[in-house]
Amino acid sequence: MEKTARPLTPTLSPQAGRGSMAFILKKAVISALVALVLFFLMIGIRTEAGSSGQLIYWTRFGELAAVVGAVFVGSIIIELLRRWIGPVGSVELPASVRGGFAVLGRFLAPALLIFALLVPVIFYNERYLLDLAILVMTYVMLGWGLNIVVGLAGLLDLGYVAFYAVGAYSYALLAQSGLPFPHFIDTYPYVALDFQQLGPWAFWVLLPVSGLLASLWGVILGFPVLRLRGDYLAIVTLAFGEIIRLVILNWQDLTGGPNGISGIPRPTVFGIPLTPGEHGFAAMIGVPFSPTHRLVFLFYLILALALLTNWVTIRLRRLPIGRAWEAMREDEVACRALGINITTTKLSAFAIGAMFGGFAGAFFATRQGFISPESFTFQESALVLAIVVLGGMGSQLGVALAAIAMIGGFELFRGLDQFRMLVFGGVMVVLMIWRPRGLIGHRAPTVFLQKRTEISSSLVKEGHG
Amino acid sequence: MDYFFQQLINGLVLGSIYGLIAIGYTMVYGIVGMINFAHGDIFMIGGFIALITFLILVSIGMTMVPVILLLVLLVAMAVTSLYGWTVERIAYRPLRQSFRLAPMLSAIGMSFVLSNFAQVSQGARVKPVPPIITGGYTLHDSDNFAVQLSNVQIVVVLTTIVLLAIFTFIVSRTRFGRDMRACEQDQTMAALLGVDVDRTISMTFVIGAALAAVAGMMYLLYYGLVDFFMGFIAGIKAFTAAVLGGIGSLPGAMLGGLAIGLIETFWSAYFSVEYKDVAAFSILIIVLIFMPTGLLGRPEVEKV
Repeated sequence: MEKTARPLTPTLSPQAGRGSMAFILKKAVISALVALVLFFLMIGIRTEAGSSGQLIYWTRFGELAAVVGAVFVGSIIIELLRRWIGPVGSVELPASVRGGFAVLGRFLAPALLIFALLVPVIFYNERYLLDLAILVMTYVMLGWGLNIVVGLAGLLDLGYVAFYAVGAYSYALLAQSGLPFPHFIDTYPYVALDFQQLGPWAFWVLLPVSGLLASLWGVILGFPVLRLRGDYLAIVTLAFGEIIRLVILNWQDLTGGPNGISGIPRPTVFGIPLTPGEHGFAAMIGVPFSPTHRLVFLFYLILALALLTNWVTIRLRRLPIGRAWEAMREDEVACRALGINITTTKLSAFAIGAMFGGFAGAFFATRQGFISPESFTFQESALVLAIVVLGGMGSQLGVALAAIAMIGGFELFRGLDQFRMLVFGGVMVVLMIWRPRGLIGHRAPTVFLQKRTEISSSLVKEGHG
Repeated sequence: MDYFFQQLINGLVLGSIYGLIAIGYTMVYGIVGMINFAHGDIFMIGGFIALITFLILVSIGMTMVPVILLLVLLVAMAVTSLYGWTVERIAYRPLRQSFRLAPMLSAIGMSFVLSNFAQVSQGARVKPVPPIITGGYTLHDSDNFAVQLSNVQIVVVLTTIVLLAIFTFIVSRTRFGRDMRACEQDQTMAALLGVDVDRTISMTFVIGAALAAVAGMMYLLYYGLVDFFMGFIAGIKAFTAAVLGGIGSLPGAMLGGLAIGLIETFWSAYFSVEYKDVAAFSILIIVLIFMPTGLLGRPEVEKV
């Protein structure tokens, strides 16, 4: 069994006999048998808690047969495809095609930007699509923010959603209750910091505040993990994300626990509310009020925030700190030997990445008007990380495209309901096997010595520095 | 004092379960250097398989509890091992030569697949089972508090000890154990000396999954329920245990498991139940800051 099932792995040199029909059939039969054992109990038998609390079960052999059959057929199809396409990774595009892609790549970014600017114009009457576009842009921004930490500095962060949560809760709490410490301070000075007095300006004042608070948390996380590397770092950031979520969930006095916070102030166009009233934005510019205005405004807001993230990242890459990040990603030991201060380099990466996460969080809170811990689970972190990795770790355009593909794909499968996460997980596995270096591989350092050389990511210990 | 002893017993039982899961993490980390993110979900699958097998056995009229338990244990271990094997084959093996992040993301994807597969195939609701092993002993009875040692707790701890003995024997005395340790040190060299590296890695996943299945069954016996989401938190805690004990070290994993179980139980008993997970994760962070190699781990030598 060991030997016969081997071709499940992509083989680099197709050997004689591996493509024969008998071999393919044999492999499919074995796959089907494995599937039968795997699924016999899990699919063949369905358990459910009965009315009086005891467990009941019933059989579903029809479904079982269907799934096993699907595995059999799927195995044959995959093997045939492999036979026709050839081993994974051996397809070399001709130079002319690659040149064409390069040209396309150069025009893709401006074209996407122009398209993004025109989205509210094109889809003005399609509320659903506008909403989706806002969601996609939120993830683009989160992806770009995490890209600073993971893609540029090479620090694997599995708890990025913590900063998103900190931003969202900072905004929600500060905007609602002023300084959120009335529990601790009985006397009056806290009124001096009542953000409700800001009225319509609340969002614009609190947006940077949320970002700063998030980056503060980034530094708080950064300090203990300074010495950690690779997988240890990943698991600590994951634990950190979970701690933040659990504290939010359990600190009921402050955060409302699982009920969340509702009635979060909506954003204003620099102080002018988007309401139907006399002082609303619509009345101000003399057009009839429409709820779509808010969506359009939110879209441009998140687009501006995302572009800010992008711009800052691009600028930082050219500053000494950005160079230090990339150097640290490639080799931390060498970096230290060259006298780069690893402490500030790491902390700044965490702080700046977290800050953009905080901005995105504040935006999320103001867009939804309601937040609860459910929005900040590990799944979100994994989704954003998947976007960054699929985008090619360090490529700004790649991250944007990956965000569009992932969130768009996620929406397409909305009808599948509970199968959605199953499909998402499966797609993540398949994409990793198919393109482990991302859809658009690009993580060459910005500076080169003497000659422009390609640095293959397989030679670099990822997340190891 | 009685209360303390009761919590000590509870903590040790919980710790045994974490320890069994942690061994799977530590073995895989030792041999392929990756965090097997899906391992917590393998544990969950083990719990489900045990539940379903138990249900079938009871409904076909078996009444002898020890026989039922043994059969459930064997079926759960066998089927869950196959899950471990399949996961490695599909999601990790093609990425073994890839860069470090790839298998990790693939593992996260696999974890989603497994937990949602359980949700889709068995429903999202918690599955309760009636207590299978009942009864117990009262160790010490004072006027206001009695220290109880239930039979379930004895079964859990005894099973863990027996399995650990078998497992230690496999790793230290058999051919496979030697292969495994060889691969851990140097895969290329092991391959040159005739060790089938692929097979050894597969077997590592299989054994890890089998132990996770035992943990899943023990969890089912002890808490009397399974649900599709239990793998995530249990998985992170078991990983914490593995790190605490020093990742790569097998006795360390068990020790770490016991430590995490005790910490969690005492924290719930004396401070607050809501923040028990926060306590466990904080321990992870603190340990990694002050003892990055854990309790029994070897310091990592940095080569340039």
